[in-house]
Amino acid sequence: MTQATLTPGFTKEAFDAFLSARNEPDWLIDRRRSAWKLFCEQDLPGRSDEEWMRTDIRLFKLDSFGIPGELQGAIEVPTPLLTAGVDLGGQGTSFNGQTVEYSVGQKWADQGVLFGDLAQLAVEHSELLRPYLMKRAFDSAADKFSALHGACWSNGTLLYVPSGVAVDEPFHTLSALANGGVDLGHLLVILEEGSEATLLTETANTGSVAGGFHCGATEIIVGPKAHLRYVSLQNWDQRVWHFSREKVAVDGDASLQWTMGALGSRLAKVNQHVELTGAGAQVQVNGTMFTEGRQHLSYHTRQHHVAPNCRSDFLYKAALQDKSRTVWRGMIKVDLEAQKTDGYQRNDNLLLSSQARADAIPGLEIEADDVRCTHGSTTSRVDDEMIFYAQSRGFTREEAIRMIVTGFFQQIFDRISIESVRESLGMAIARRVREYE
Amino acid sequence: MPDILKIENLHVAVAGKPILKGVDLEIRRGQTHALMGPNGSGKSTLGLAIMGHPGYEATAGGITLNGDELLDMEADERARRGIFMAFQRPLSIPGVKMSDFLRHATTNVRNPDRKEGEELIPMREFRKELKAKMGRLQMDTEFARRYVNDGFSGGEMKRAEILQLAMLQPKFAILDETDSGLDADAVRLASQSIAEIGREKMGLLIITHHDKLLEHNPPDFAHVMLGGRIVETGGTELAEELHSQGYERIREKYPEADADNQQMVAKDAVTNM
Repeated sequence: MTQATLTPGFTKEAFDAFLSARNEPDWLIDRRRSAWKLFCEQDLPGRSDEEWMRTDIRLFKLDSFGIPGELQGAIEVPTPLLTAGVDLGGQGTSFNGQTVEYSVGQKWADQGVLFGDLAQLAVEHSELLRPYLMKRAFDSAADKFSALHGACWSNGTLLYVPSGVAVDEPFHTLSALANGGVDLGHLLVILEEGSEATLLTETANTGSVAGGFHCGATEIIVGPKAHLRYVSLQNWDQRVWHFSREKVAVDGDASLQWTMGALGSRLAKVNQHVELTGAGAQVQVNGTMFTEGRQHLSYHTRQHHVAPNCRSDFLYKAALQDKSRTVWRGMIKVDLEAQKTDGYQRNDNLLLSSQARADAIPGLEIEADDVRCTHGSTTSRVDDEMIFYAQSRGFTREEAIRMIVTGFFQQIFDRISIESVRESLGMAIARRVREYE
Repeated sequence: MPDILKIENLHVAVAGKPILKGVDLEIRRGQTHALMGPNGSGKSTLGLAIMGHPGYEATAGGITLNGDELLDMEADERARRGIFMAFQRPLSIPGVKMSDFLRHATTNVRNPDRKEGEELIPMREFRKELKAKMGRLQMDTEFARRYVNDGFSGGEMKRAEILQLAMLQPKFAILDETDSGLDADAVRLASQSIAEIGREKMGLLIITHHDKLLEHNPPDFAHVMLGGRIVETGGTELAEELHSQGYERIREKYPEADADNQQMVAKDAVTNM
């Protein structure tokens, strides 16, 4: 059995020992210490907090987890889903909050691309990362989880693409949890002006004991005229507690296409925040969720238009089975200066059982006066008449439901330009559709 | 020995409410039957009960295909045995392309023992056949790429139903008001398609208010339904009579069934309000 050594409880002693074992630059240590202070000063969020009203974490016991330590024994890495038939520009793997290995294509390294273990690269490229890491697109003060992450993140990935470099091979990372482990991984992506890249990330569990704790953060900076395609697949097992803060800043005439698949975890609370900071920025975010059992997935999205003439388009679709539940809370925020904003947000939910529940709370906050912002949400059930119609054409009931669910997600699949991603996401969803009650 | 679809003393209830009250009907492959009757008499109910709609509960009687009880089978098994129904109001399935839907359906119906996940019929072969059959219905090829019935006009939906009939080549087909929503040209094309499949190869049950489809497909038998029963059976002349003179004579001749029918329509009106 494989395991990272782990002292239960996020204690002062554990934190000090953790810091002293790391040889990090002072600025980073300072940032960790101030985050630790924030962590100690506050309680876990409760149901009186607006964002947590619908998300109950009273059964979550923070003290039963601790800061990930050294890896011991053999490491079992699950098979990735997103990379079939794809030539990768680089690949990285982590296991229970520790880096296993990274590789990057020589031709990209030769052009100045950095892809690898964030902790190591933060030491080697201290001055390059200093303006960004734990600063530009991350706020330790958001809540106790972000403070914990800011203080104790143990591993992570850096993707840095220098100005003008267009990488046409995707980078891929796989984060694995096993035997109730802890993952505090941080992702930092910096695309300098005019660069291009594609990043695929996925998570998975391995080993015989389910569960674990993920408290992660993502910081992405897309420079002027840069283009990023980002695919994230959350596929933790259904006993993992999953908390994540994800933020992207998109500069002028830059673009981001972000496709998110959320299949796993026992409870997920995820904040996805996109800031359009330069005129002409374009952002498309596609979210797919499929839940079953008693899973609870809560997604809070924010599309913040700071600069004028930007477009953001968020489409989230969730299919819910059994007694599972999703919460989607979306906000389009348009600053006074952000004239000619084109903002769109939509959440469609398909209930596959009478006991599933989807909450959709769209919102607008607009200060500019010359904008076009639309939002909407729908929640519907798989129509029995539709099933019968397909059955009358020879589809079995199961085939009919699978087809209807796949059709429900088609609008998002049509937007995914990477074939391996489209296929693996489609298959992962179709596999999970069971008999409809 | 031709295939026989046999309905015996069929009683059907919907949401506990009796609709069919003892229907007997025998259709042999190669025969065309017209089923006529005023609104609310139970014509569509009979069609849906034969096809296997789960909301239509058979409380007595039976429906057999060559002696095998269909009431024990789910709709998809009936489809694989060769039963087809062209719906009065076809359902739309957003996100599912007509061609993908039909390829899967055609595969299942032609290979009744296929298990989920097994090969579909080859794409090239399928496309060629689909294109040819769409051509004969004067349907644009773009149709195949649209989502099943999604945003279709009434006429487009009915054509799509005939296209499915042409692809699935059933032993028995129920056409429920397929001619309503179609103009004269479209009815002619639909009838040509039926002729091409070969009326002699199918048992047809044409449910209609009009005589449009019947003009092109003269029935061997015409049945009149009233109050959940078939009250009279005749030949083409009966269909013609009902079309030109309406149901007055029938209503007067079968007052009990007519009273039932009016009660059913009244109840419907209440539930639909």
